[in-house]
Amino acid sequence: MGNVLLQYATVLMLAIFVGIEIIAKVPSILHTPLMSGSNAIHGVILVGSMLILGGATTNLQEILGFLAVILATLNVVGGFVVTDRMLEMFKPKAKPAAKKEEVAQ
Amino acid sequence: MSRETLIDLLYLFSATTFVLALKGLGSPKRARQGNMVAAFGMLVAIVATFFKYVDGHHLYHVPLMLLGMFIGLIVAVPVARFVKMTAMPQLVAIFNGVGGGAASLVSITEFVHIKSTHPATYVTLEVLLGVLIGTVSFAGSAIAFAKLQELMTGRPVTYPGQQVINGIVGLASVAVIVTILVTASEPLLWVLLALAFVLGVIFVLPIGGADVPVLISLLNAFTGLAVAASGFTLGSNLLIVAGTLVGASGILLTRLMSKAMGRSLANVLFSAFGSNVTASGATDRADGRSVRSGTPEDIAILLGFASRVVFVPGYGLAVSQGQHVLRELAEVLEEKGIEVFYGIHPVAGRMPGHMNVLLAEANVPYEQLVEMDEANSELQTADVCLVVGANDTVNPAATDDKTSPIYGMPIIHADLAENVVFLKRSMRPGFAGIENELLYNPKTTLVFGDAKDTLTKMVAAVKAN
Repeated sequence: MGNVLLQYATVLMLAIFVGIEIIAKVPSILHTPLMSGSNAIHGVILVGSMLILGGATTNLQEILGFLAVILATLNVVGGFVVTDRMLEMFKPKAKPAAKKEEVAQ
Repeated sequence: MSRETLIDLLYLFSATTFVLALKGLGSPKRARQGNMVAAFGMLVAIVATFFKYVDGHHLYHVPLMLLGMFIGLIVAVPVARFVKMTAMPQLVAIFNGVGGGAASLVSITEFVHIKSTHPATYVTLEVLLGVLIGTVSFAGSAIAFAKLQELMTGRPVTYPGQQVINGIVGLASVAVIVTILVTASEPLLWVLLALAFVLGVIFVLPIGGADVPVLISLLNAFTGLAVAASGFTLGSNLLIVAGTLVGASGILLTRLMSKAMGRSLANVLFSAFGSNVTASGATDRADGRSVRSGTPEDIAILLGFASRVVFVPGYGLAVSQGQHVLRELAEVLEEKGIEVFYGIHPVAGRMPGHMNVLLAEANVPYEQLVEMDEANSELQTADVCLVVGANDTVNPAATDDKTSPIYGMPIIHADLAENVVFLKRSMRPGFAGIENELLYNPKTTLVFGDAKDTLTKMVAAVKAN
């Protein structure tokens, strides 16, 4: 038991460092999409919600688990869709004006 | 290979995609791809989970599970797709809040489950932390949503002894956690839940509307930590990794965001910033100075003679939905050979980068958007600085007035330009509630009215000249 906990603590510690390192150099224009994207990632609680509902043995557990699945799905789906919508705006656009100039030259 | 090993390998794959996604989200080119990668990893994890065994049996209640997912899906997709871009921050708040709620429910259910199967077992700390942090995030996000959606006042809500009361509720929560650890009492779990809910609400109340985005980022990190706590409870490395990644990067992001406003995180959270409204909202002041106002046609002539113009857009532009007309104005000016830039303050709009998103939506070319530092050097040689719906981000009090609450915030120095034009709805102060000296500067002309209307008139007038 103690051993397992230690293993989880190791994973936790490493994840902390990765989490900090990975976003250290993000330009401020991407702060909002980054927040939204990480918001979607913690939607992984859906996996936890599924395990809870899947193991429910009483009505109370069933109700709580069912609610958790709904809320977590909202988090995952909403999070990814909103982020994608934000990032859609950053895609490099074809510039018709610039192309015309090239042709003219 | 056993079934469980295979599932764990798939989880490892998912965790890897999350790391790659966060990395991708840090660069404009790969950001969208990064988000897709994470979504794919998430799908893999969810599908794999259906095949998992819990307590030695297949998952129970699979139809109910699918129903729950279906409900979540049909609500989330249209909301996320069709809500206006200006409402993006509150949308992130609400999707974060439900995640916190889910993490809290997972921990509560696990507690109840443990008690129902092994009544004598003592619970461990992480279950209770999951409940506490998840619920704080849920309740806090709900209040943040209400503030941004203007269901309640965006101003800080303060009352005497606020810090003391918050401190007491916080300490009471800790005391209840300790008691549950010692006595393993189930009824006390519901007390903890109630306390956490209250704590989430009172923690957010004194934070002003302008600071709510920073708060959302912090609550986002909280939800991540609550998910990591559930990961400990359920023995899931995937949840620990994903939750911790979000928790750690979220806390760093929160600090970066408050730094962009020239403030410390503690100042953002605890100073009830913006509660002392110093501005009078009148066009004449006691010292006899008054503002100069002009018509859109006057400004059109001014712009027509300029050779370099810098636009400084703010949230007011987005509210009036004037982005498209502003772009039209830029195009009209460029046809006349006038250089146009958009100077973007890092916290213009409601969240860092929000303005870039709003302008990109209006098809403003990416190259015309310049960040604050570059905007300030462009402004030195600019003939006109057109401030559209912004206020605090160009307020010279941030550099001149040590007593000002926004002192120290980096600003766009609109006053460097030859002429400054403000498009404003009224003399009301900005989101932070602070008077702006620049409005009284002799260089400055104000045009009152809805930004979109004014811009439309200006486009017509520039075309006619």
